[in-house]
Formats: sequence, structure tokens, C-alpha cells
Amino acid sequence: MTITPDTLVWFELGPLTINATIGFTWVVMAIMTIGSWLVTRDLTTSALSWWQNLLEYVVELIAAQIREVSDQSPSPFVTFIGTLFLFILVSTLLALVPGFYPPTASLSTTAALAICVFFAVPVFGITQQGLRRYLRTYIQPSFIMLPFNIIGEFSRTLALAVRLYGNVMSGSMIVAILVTIVPLLFPIVMQVLGLITGVIQAYIFAVLTTLFIGSATRSRHDTLDKQTNTQAKEIHQHE
Amino acid sequence: MSDVTLVALLSIVISALTITIGTIAPAVGEARALTQALSAIAQQPDEAGSISRTLFVGLALVESTAIYCFVVAMILIFINPFWNYFVSQAGG
Repeated sequence: MTITPDTLVWFELGPLTINATIGFTWVVMAIMTIGSWLVTRDLTTSALSWWQNLLEYVVELIAAQIREVSDQSPSPFVTFIGTLFLFILVSTLLALVPGFYPPTASLSTTAALAICVFFAVPVFGITQQGLRRYLRTYIQPSFIMLPFNIIGEFSRTLALAVRLYGNVMSGSMIVAILVTIVPLLFPIVMQVLGLITGVIQAYIFAVLTTLFIGSATRSRHDTLDKQTNTQAKEIHQHE
Repeated sequence: MSDVTLVALLSIVISALTITIGTIAPAVGEARALTQALSAIAQQPDEAGSISRTLFVGLALVESTAIYCFVVAMILIFINPFWNYFVSQAGG
């Protein structure tokens, strides 16, 4: 029983060690890239193929969710957040294939994803509202909150990494323990449960990323304006 | 009792205590959040979509404390950093 696929070494190339985490990450990347390339090779607007329809639906779903959660136009964020979501989702769903260890069951992968989020938040914030206004969000309610805001940046990155790792790892761990105790049928039920947990965790990782980026890209003033606007619109509709 | 036995005993007992005590608070918190969300959905069935989305995000945030306890327990059992040190001390 292993608690991380990092220890399964496939082969070594000089100083580089290719372990199961890296290998299966490449497998997931290859499946997603080649699949998307095959589907988007001949895009049409008239007779939609089954796969093109599916991909368009997925992209539109992600964009709609981002719009709903962050209350902003989703176009700058769809590529980044959608990539994170689909990568975690595909690597979790592929855990059903025997012999496949999800790369997200390793703390290295989840830490890498969380560090991507850590750097993406200021990048989006500065490009959307400028350096000065982004830095002003750190002293938002008052100047006393500055150290807490900075600590919060790091602790939420750690929490993001450990949450995903812990959930995926505990799922595969429970199945491994149950196989030794009750080898018939019952592990399948727990595997289904692990599948649900994995999908929810992929969703939560994406939603939290959207929330972090959304809070960095939107200033307090804008939200208040928008809220009054929507409230006015709702009142108008009710009338 | 030798040092190695003591480390092994303490690791097992502490990891069991970690997961036992550490899951109580998240369980209570999640139950409270769930009851609140259910009564909110019962009062406003139209808002069920946004309520359940917020509920899922909140549950994941609450649950992460239990997950931290689980990770600490797993580290104590499987990759205990003190174990190798004391084993090498006893051997050498």
C-alpha cells in the first residue's frame, strides 16, 4: 500500500527520475490534448458532430459557472480555470482504469496546481485593475489587516493543495484497505463514492480559484455598483 | 521500554487520537450547515441551485480541517520522520 504514487519509479534518465506521478500526468495531458485536437480539427457550424457538441457544451458550462460565481465576464478566466477543472476531473475519472494512479493523489501535483493559482491571482488582478488598485486590496478594510491578508494568501494555497491531495488519497486508501478486509463488491461501492468525491473536489478547486481570482480582479466599488444595478433590475422586473 | 518501542506506541496512539478528535468538530459543523441549507431550500425552493452550490463549497471548506487531521495521521503511520531517526540510533 502506497500513500503517494511518487514512490513508484518507472525508470531513471541520469539525474531525472520518471515516477508514476509524472508518467500518469503525461498520460492525462496526452489524452486531453490529442482528444481536443482530434475534435477541433474540422469545426463546423452546420452539422455538429457528437464530440464537438460535447466540447462546446462543456466550455459553455464552465463559462456560465464562472459568470455566476465571480459575477464578471468569464472570457479572461475560462482557459485557466477550465484547464485546472478538466485536468483534475479527467485524472480522477481515469482512476477507474485498473493500474492507473491519479496524479492528483500525490502532494507534488496538487502543490503545483495550487502554486499556479497562487501566481495567477496577482497576474489577473494586476492586468484587470492595475498595480496600485490591486495592491490596495491588501489593506482593504483597514491597514491593520495587511499581515493577515498576506498570511491568508499563503495559507489558502496550502489549504488548496492539501485538500485535494487528502481527498483523492483518502479515497484510494479506503479502497485499498477494504480490498484486504472485504474483497467482494463492497470496495466497488466505495470506489463509486470516491468518484463522486473526486468530481466534487474538482468542482470545488475550480470554484475556489474563481472566488480568489474574482475577489482580486473586482474592486469594492464595482461590486457595490453592480449589486445596486441588479437589485434595481430585479425590482423593475417585479413591477 | 526502549526508545523505538516508545516512538512506535506514541505514533499509533497519537494518530488514532488525531483522527478521532479531529473529526468531531467538522462533523458537527457540517451537520449544522446541512440542516440550515435544507431549511433554506424548504423555504425557498427556487433558490435550490445557488444554495446547494454554496453549501458544497462551504462543506468542502469545513471538511478540509478533517482532511488535515487525516493527512497528519497518515504521515505518523506511514512516513513517520522520527521513526527512521530512532531506528538508526538504536542500530548504530
